[in-house]
Amino acid sequence: MDIQVYIALSLTLFTIGIVGVLVRRNAIIIFMCVELMLNAVNLLLVAFSKMHAASSAVKALPTYASDAQIFVFFIMVVAAAEVSVGLAIIVMMYRNIHSVDVNFLNRLKN
Amino acid sequence: MNNIFQIVWLIPILPLIGFVINGLGRNFLSKTVTGFIGSSMVLGSFVLSLLVFVQVKGGIVADLHYFNFIYLQDLLTIGVDFKIDQLSSLFLLIITGVGFLIHVYSTAYMHDEEGKDFAKYFAYLNLFIFSMLLLVMGGNYLIMFIGWEGVGLCSYLLIGYWYKNSAFTDAAKKAFIMNRIGDVGFLLALFWLIAKIGNVQYNEVFSVVSLSKLSSFDITGITLLMFVGATGKSAQIPLYTWLPDAMAGPTPVSALIHAATMVTAGIYMIARSNALFSLAHQTQAIITIVGLATALLAASIALKQNDIKKILAYSTVSQLGFMFLALGTGNYVAAVFHVLTHAFFKALMFLGSGSVIHAMGGEQDIRKMGGLHKHMKITSITFFIGCLAISGIPGFSGFFSKDEILAGAFNHGVVFYSIALFTALLTAFYMFRLYIITFTGKFRGSHDQEHHLHESPSAMTLPLIVLAILSIIGGYIGIPEVLGGHHELASFLSPVVRSKELTLSHSTELLLMGLSTLLVLISIFFAWVTFKNYQSAGESKGLARILENKWYVDELYEAIVTNPLKKIAFFFNNIIEKKGIDGMVNGVGKAVNYGSRQLRWIQSGQVGAYVLLMVIGMLLLFIIQLFL
Repeated sequence: MDIQVYIALSLTLFTIGIVGVLVRRNAIIIFMCVELMLNAVNLLLVAFSKMHAASSAVKALPTYASDAQIFVFFIMVVAAAEVSVGLAIIVMMYRNIHSVDVNFLNRLKN
Repeated sequence: MNNIFQIVWLIPILPLIGFVINGLGRNFLSKTVTGFIGSSMVLGSFVLSLLVFVQVKGGIVADLHYFNFIYLQDLLTIGVDFKIDQLSSLFLLIITGVGFLIHVYSTAYMHDEEGKDFAKYFAYLNLFIFSMLLLVMGGNYLIMFIGWEGVGLCSYLLIGYWYKNSAFTDAAKKAFIMNRIGDVGFLLALFWLIAKIGNVQYNEVFSVVSLSKLSSFDITGITLLMFVGATGKSAQIPLYTWLPDAMAGPTPVSALIHAATMVTAGIYMIARSNALFSLAHQTQAIITIVGLATALLAASIALKQNDIKKILAYSTVSQLGFMFLALGTGNYVAAVFHVLTHAFFKALMFLGSGSVIHAMGGEQDIRKMGGLHKHMKITSITFFIGCLAISGIPGFSGFFSKDEILAGAFNHGVVFYSIALFTALLTAFYMFRLYIITFTGKFRGSHDQEHHLHESPSAMTLPLIVLAILSIIGGYIGIPEVLGGHHELASFLSPVVRSKELTLSHSTELLLMGLSTLLVLISIFFAWVTFKNYQSAGESKGLARILENKWYVDELYEAIVTNPLKKIAFFFNNIIEKKGIDGMVNGVGKAVNYGSRQLRWIQSGQVGAYVLLMVIGMLLLFIIQLFL
């Protein structure tokens, strides 16, 4: 498939993520949107990796083609760790203010 | 002590000791003690000066070096040096002699002052004598400059002695500032000398080697700057206006500082530097013209003044103009001679006027006096002698010195001579106007004042008598050859001061003397006719009014110097300082304050808003990256 399709999909996912972060107040949804942005980037990385592997210039260096895909695995691992921390924070937040609405988290103001 | 020069340093130190004792002990010492200390210290200096003079008269002169004042290896060495020669020993005698008489006089004149102020007065007076002695004894220009500044300071302190009167302190400030203007000139001349010769010691500067290092431009520049200094200290155009105002001080101060000693500092400096000035013909021409103009201007102002001390002050300015005329025409001996005789008769007249003011209970306006001769005979007679001396009546000291100056002026050009002679006639006229209005006729003051009239105590009249005698005989040390004398002063000073040989024949000289004497007598007669029935002056008109207002010189200075300066100061204060610099500093603060208050709204506490800003920032970065 054409690389533009992947870029368009990735851009769409990323934009959905950004808009979600901007407009939603529920911490869990914001969190999910952040993950969406992360994965949009992951998708782009894999797509570009595949594209470069197909091109002739990189064929001389076989490992070069798989670098970005390994990189994506690392990102997924780190993201999983981050999810556990992020969800723990949201749980603590709920325990403290009995809500997951981020607009209540404005006590540092003033 | 076979060699007086070993203790010559005591001459200035004694008055300094007097200053320290009186200054520190002003709260404990009684008036008698302070007066005694003040006078005796100067007397001690006078005795030493006499001994020094006898030595110098015997032909022994000395250059003394005590220690290095400024020492820069290979570059510049300025020591505390004293130079005792004919010129300085003569000035020492004038300063300490007249100074001592004035100290004695002051003990009586100031006896109404409180003990503390009395001691302060004597402390300042002693400090003044110290500075003046330093000025004339200094063996290099720097020591002279220290004394030069010292007399300026003391003059400020003494003019403003009655510091509670703001007009008096203004006069003191005026004197100080005017002097400072001149001092800058002197200081620049010193720097110039150091730059070119690398030394300021007289012997070095006046040596042939040093003089050959100076181009004619250097010499003209240095002498002109020195002359600027002299115009400040010796009250010449354009800086003379401080001297008449300086009459705010106590009368003995006027006698000491503004007649006998301080104002002669400029004359001394130029006479001392005659080796330089003789080479600078342009400067000499300027000095001649300035001196002559000052003499004439001040004499014309004195014609219409009514304050007894102001008349004497303008007379001093005028006589100083005469001395500068003599200096400008290269007639240094005549200038020094006139300094000497003028010190006697002007101190006499100032002290006499002090005696009159004392008797009148502080009144200085001659229109309210009159007929004082019957009440105070000694003052009147001695004052009369002073008038005769300053007018140049033959036989009195002023005649010889003034005649020498006039002869020098004639030698220089008939125009100079006629103006100088005219000024001399004015001098005789205003002096006798003063005498006739004050001492003859009827008393015009209030009844209380008339009742209060009395002759002053002997501490005041004795100095008057001594000075009167000196005013008569002081001239006999300089009898010109034409009258059968040898001019002892000229031969005494000849090792130091080169005097110009006059090319006049004896018959011309005699003729000039006769002419001036005759005209002066006519002038006096004219004054007598005009003022013998003096009642009160009406409203003056025309020229008289201009003279009464001193040619509006003060107003002119006010308009062209003071007011623009005030405007500039106002501008800098209100526009540059308050609006510009203050505005800038305050503006920075205000901008930060305002800006941060606006930026506060950004920190809303809403997470969404932060993210939005972050996204906007990122988008901006993208745009910059992609399109710029």
